[in-house]
Amino acid sequence: MVNDFLILMKQELVITLIIFVLLFVKLSNKDTKNETLINFVNILLALNLVSGFFMIREGNLFGDMFHTDELLTLEKNLLNLGTLIISLQSYNWLKDHKHMPEFYILMLSTLLGMFFMISSNNLLMFYLALELSTIPLAALANFDLEKRRSSEAAFKMIVSSAFSSGLLLFGISLVYGATGTLNFAALSTSFTSTPLNIFAFVLLIAGFGFKISAVPFHLWTADVYEGSPVPVTSYLSVISKGAILFVLVSVLYKVFTPLNESWYNMLFIISVLTMIIGNLFALRQQNMKRFLAFSSIAQVGFILIGITGQSAEGSASVIYFVLVYIFSNLAAFGVINLISATTGKENINDYKGFYKTNPRLSWVLAIALFSLGGIPPTAGFFGKFFLLLAGAGRGNYLLISIAALNMVISLYYYLRIIKAMFMDANENPIEDVKAGWSPKLAMIICVTGIIITGLASGAYQYIYSLVK
Amino acid sequence: MNLSLLIIVPLLTAIVVLLVKGLKQVRTVALIGSAAQLVLCFVLFYFYQQERANGNTANFIFEDNYTWYAPLNINYHIGVDGISIAMVLLTTFVVIAGVLVSWKMERLNKEFFFLLLFLSLGAYGFFIALDLFTLFFFLEVAVIPKFLLIGIWGSGKKEYSAMKLALMLMGGSALVFVGLAGLYFNTNVNGAHSFDLVQIANMNIPIEVQKLFFPFAFIGFGIFTALFPFHTWVPDGHSSAPTAASMFLAGISMKLGGYGCLRVATYLMPDAAHEYSTIIIVLACIAILYGAFATMMQTDLKYINAYSSVSHCGFVLLGIGMLTKTAIDGAVMQMVSHGLMTALFFAVIGMIYDRTHTRQVAQLGGLMKMMPFISTVFVIAGLCSLGLPGFSGFVAEMTVFMGSWEKADAFYRIATIIACASIVVTAVYILRATGKAIMGPVVNNEHLTLYDAGWNEKLAASLLIVGIVIIGVVPFFLKDLISPGTGIIIQKLASLIK
Repeated sequence: MVNDFLILMKQELVITLIIFVLLFVKLSNKDTKNETLINFVNILLALNLVSGFFMIREGNLFGDMFHTDELLTLEKNLLNLGTLIISLQSYNWLKDHKHMPEFYILMLSTLLGMFFMISSNNLLMFYLALELSTIPLAALANFDLEKRRSSEAAFKMIVSSAFSSGLLLFGISLVYGATGTLNFAALSTSFTSTPLNIFAFVLLIAGFGFKISAVPFHLWTADVYEGSPVPVTSYLSVISKGAILFVLVSVLYKVFTPLNESWYNMLFIISVLTMIIGNLFALRQQNMKRFLAFSSIAQVGFILIGITGQSAEGSASVIYFVLVYIFSNLAAFGVINLISATTGKENINDYKGFYKTNPRLSWVLAIALFSLGGIPPTAGFFGKFFLLLAGAGRGNYLLISIAALNMVISLYYYLRIIKAMFMDANENPIEDVKAGWSPKLAMIICVTGIIITGLASGAYQYIYSLVK
Repeated sequence: MNLSLLIIVPLLTAIVVLLVKGLKQVRTVALIGSAAQLVLCFVLFYFYQQERANGNTANFIFEDNYTWYAPLNINYHIGVDGISIAMVLLTTFVVIAGVLVSWKMERLNKEFFFLLLFLSLGAYGFFIALDLFTLFFFLEVAVIPKFLLIGIWGSGKKEYSAMKLALMLMGGSALVFVGLAGLYFNTNVNGAHSFDLVQIANMNIPIEVQKLFFPFAFIGFGIFTALFPFHTWVPDGHSSAPTAASMFLAGISMKLGGYGCLRVATYLMPDAAHEYSTIIIVLACIAILYGAFATMMQTDLKYINAYSSVSHCGFVLLGIGMLTKTAIDGAVMQMVSHGLMTALFFAVIGMIYDRTHTRQVAQLGGLMKMMPFISTVFVIAGLCSLGLPGFSGFVAEMTVFMGSWEKADAFYRIATIIACASIVVTAVYILRATGKAIMGPVVNNEHLTLYDAGWNEKLAASLLIVGIVIIGVVPFFLKDLISPGTGIIIQKLASLIK
């Protein structure tokens, strides 16, 4: 029994362990160097990542509240990988930050919440885990303690997530009222398409929509992204979104199967709106973080298309795309993070002439943007191709045509940044930025990931074999 | 013969280019790499002829098929027929000429040659792909290097042109994607869908499906090859690009589209190609005439050649639209011929521009006195463009017209006559530009001190001219090469056309 507990929950336990160690270090009031602590956390995260590939067991805990299997372990691993990369990237920012332990405690609490969320087998457990992953995020958004924008971001975040949690909770209570159960397995047979159930379902989808910032629930995104410190922004846009998407896929595919016609139509409309509005707003942004906020909204639109496919290909392509997205978006954020930490510049115009002074960083950012835009041979091409192909499996070619044209629009704004870096002249470009070993390592991981995960089919095939 | 070498050699060269330092080393590596490509292509050509001589009548030779994404039935499947060989040979000639004319590229030379070689990799991969996913992959690989080449090393309104080109071509490939996805989901190979070109060709795709997806594929590829009204990227893109990139764009890149229209759209969806052939012919005729007349109004040498490319690529589409064996033979020959001719033209315009720093016809004159070699090459390129017998242009266009005339209907006759008539216009603008810039009095006395071509430029031009003259004098060489390939395309159409 104890053995089961240890093995099934090993990822959650390691994260908890890190949180406690940091808490004790903080409380003991000793002068531990920030660098040592950061490296310690990074090593444990890396160990957790490695251990996630061994001794994978399937099983339930806590009276079926908690469920894990090979696929869920992999999904947690992906999030763990992303967190590790972000942690490596924020080294320069954190090593002089006086509240470094708190940063990690908050971030890892949200990660823990996401792990439980992925493993949840019951709507109540899901809600609990979601709250654990949301509330510390608002505190994280406020981590630039001197900046007013940062507190503004935190306030917006807490208000909008409280609202969306309210919607979710209302939906959950209606579900319970209609079916008398919150267990996923039981729901998948007792949930029918009566009006009450559909109403409950719409509320649930709205709650999910807030968290993945799908249009029309996206309004908080840009402001929060802009106000938060860059590591938090990247965490928000990749890890927290990825976790919700994993849950969304499995819930839609496994629990709400009886409603599949109605959720297909809902997702169709939401994804078209999300792509178009995300793209149109991204076209005119001047701030890099705002720009990536809107581009990430558009990316969610593409991911929703993969979900509409409603097949093994659909869920495999979504999980695969999240993997690709972790590498590509974090590579982009890595460069932005570095520049923001050393020079404080965050505007697209500041990047003019960047190639002259920082050729290597420019190529990293360029490869990341190509991958986000879906240009081969980067993994982003394969990710987008499989998402759209999965969507086309339903035979809705209108949706696919809209998506394909949206890819062209999105290319425009990615190329705009490439143009600023490589082609535009600038009197005083950003000076030569020196990256430490830690951000460098993060970038190498990301770029290797971007190139390898697409050209080599192993990652996709592994994911596919798990979802099938 | 391992066809993957065609991808590996440019890739290795590109990687080595990144590792070495300084212009001298970089260009030497690039030249060695492209010479290796040239040798490789001729070896491939030789082995191919051997195979055919030994009685190998398979549609595609030297096939390699590796599973890539097994769950989706996506394979890395390559193989060649005569058409692919012809296109591959064209590519290698343009690549080596492009490297040679960029011999003195000082600015960011490493990146420049890297992108050129990467672009050639995309083109080779596209021409030998037999799996639609592989084909699409390489098609898109070949887009972004062009954006960077034009945007960084270009001239004039380069950012605008680069962006326009990238977005229009990506728009084209977005349409192609929809077409391919539609084909994929309407195939059934042992219960699974397939991207395999050979398997799809053996299948009977329902005519409604073909009619729905043919326009996506054809227009998508058509954008690459300046299908009217999607030709607008051509003049801006070509004229802003640096010399080698213009050569690649017009010589290879536009051929990707023509090849795609033929190999994917027409070959895999013959019924729809037949249904839509009148529309294709009308659009091709508009492109031919419009391109020719628009060229008349141009004063910039690069714009002249860019607009005339629109007109010349119209012949390719006309040949494909006619759907007779001779016309399609002609279309393929026109692709090769136009590729060589236009690469030569852009190379020589680049040489003139490097020396005089102007491309305006009005500011040039009497170049023959100072630069006899360059001027002669210009005249040869011009004569080939207007279809003088003895050069490739005549053979290719003549074949297209012969093939078109086989169709007895009044509509086809009128289309053919219109296309023929455009040659007169071609002659006007070519002869006018040649007469003004090359012959005639010297306009600018500063030009008197200019020097003639260096060894690298001479070599580049000679290689291309050799290609042009060989096709012009012994056309059956090329025709016999591509004939089996076009034959299988026509076979699928034969039942539809009486």
